[in-house]
Amino acid sequence: MIEFRNVTKRFPDGTVAVADFSLVIPPRRVTVFVGSSGSGKTTILRMINRMVDPSSGSVFIDGVDIATREPVALRRSIGYVMQNSGLLPHRTVVDNVATVPVLRGEKKKAARLRARELMTVVGLDHSLADRYPAQLSGGQQQRVGVARGLAVDPNVLLMDEPFGAVDPLVRLELQTELKRLQSELDKTVVFVTHDIDEAFLLGDQVVLLRPGGAVAQAGTPAELLEHPADEFVAGFIEAGRPRSILR
Amino acid sequence: MNWLADNWQQVLDYGLAHVLLSIPPIVLGFVISLPLGWLANRYRLSRGVLLTAGGILYAVPSLPLFVLLPSLLGTKILSPINVEVALTLYALALMLRTTADALGSVSGDVKLSATAIGYGVWRRFAGVELPLAGPVLLAGLRVVSVSTVSLVTVGSVIGVNSLGFFFLDGYQRSFYTEVWVGIIGTVLIALVFDGLLVAAGRLLLPWTRASGERARRVSTRSRAVLR
Repeated sequence: MIEFRNVTKRFPDGTVAVADFSLVIPPRRVTVFVGSSGSGKTTILRMINRMVDPSSGSVFIDGVDIATREPVALRRSIGYVMQNSGLLPHRTVVDNVATVPVLRGEKKKAARLRARELMTVVGLDHSLADRYPAQLSGGQQQRVGVARGLAVDPNVLLMDEPFGAVDPLVRLELQTELKRLQSELDKTVVFVTHDIDEAFLLGDQVVLLRPGGAVAQAGTPAELLEHPADEFVAGFIEAGRPRSILR
Repeated sequence: MNWLADNWQQVLDYGLAHVLLSIPPIVLGFVISLPLGWLANRYRLSRGVLLTAGGILYAVPSLPLFVLLPSLLGTKILSPINVEVALTLYALALMLRTTADALGSVSGDVKLSATAIGYGVWRRFAGVELPLAGPVLLAGLRVVSVSTVSLVTVGSVIGVNSLGFFFLDGYQRSFYTEVWVGIIGTVLIALVFDGLLVAAGRLLLPWTRASGERARRVSTRSRAVLR
């Protein structure tokens, strides 16, 4: 379980990205933060692995205040998948997937073996193992990113607009794949997107954010769809509509 | 040609001395440029100060520096250390800006992602930033290598002998065969060093070629389509 207690993040230039934010993220469920840019969703995500520290308030993982945890060790225990895959361009696919286990001191050989297993899990052909990221398609790169995120079998997987930069068909494929993976792996997934359709498709819990990091509404997709809390929520959902109809 | 046949032993000796004098400044200049380049890249103030100092340093003429160094270092005037220190300073001055730019050229997304998955500061520098800066560093190192091999010859004026001796001696005696031997020998050494650096780059930076291959494959494919 991840819990935000009265978290505020004020950046040095004075902008308040997140204001007095409190939320419980249930374990083994997919929680999606959705909002337009400036809604603080990425900042919230990054406070979970201490890429960003709150100006005030606390974040707890399984009851432990993460401010007491060493950031580098904390990050190695949490999976992270980002937009444009964030793969290391100078490492082969198999070494990218094995990166975090090796950082944690695992033997290279064992880590590579496990990396190949993970490639199978995310649907990547083993013939790609020795390629470099630049030799893969966007969709393949994102799969490698997911495999890397799962490499240390973390309880928590953070995903920062992971499918934002691929074309719609590949995106749908990756979303479906993630749902399948999640049904097998049962991770606590925290997912950030600006796409309300994606949020409804993937989220067990959807948290719609207003600009400035205030929660407009949090609930299941059905709750948001059937009982939008206010005009803002209804408007945001409506804006995602035309594409849903076409689909 | 006869001169070369009669003096090949001396040419080889001075050639070897030339190589041995060239290596330390190139290596040291590169190694010292790494922390300084990192620092130059880190803060705006340090960047201004370091890069300006490097520029000024490189503008100091080599001969006066060779002559000045013994009094600063307490070395003997004929000691090769003077030449080595001076050439290291030049190599550093030349390399510093490249190193700073090379480290600055590493994608912010990649650095962010490395931090996010659990790289600490030093590990990220050694394992991510340095290798990714590799292609630009290599380009700078090739310039430094050629420049150093050529500057070593100036040491002959103060008695630290290398192939430069032959230009000096040949010029004084108006014997141009000897001058040519010195020049060609120096160029050959520079070419060999450059070749070794390129080979090291191929070995150490394999991904740069891999992405190049993909680009070539794609362009071949698109040409095939056009046909």
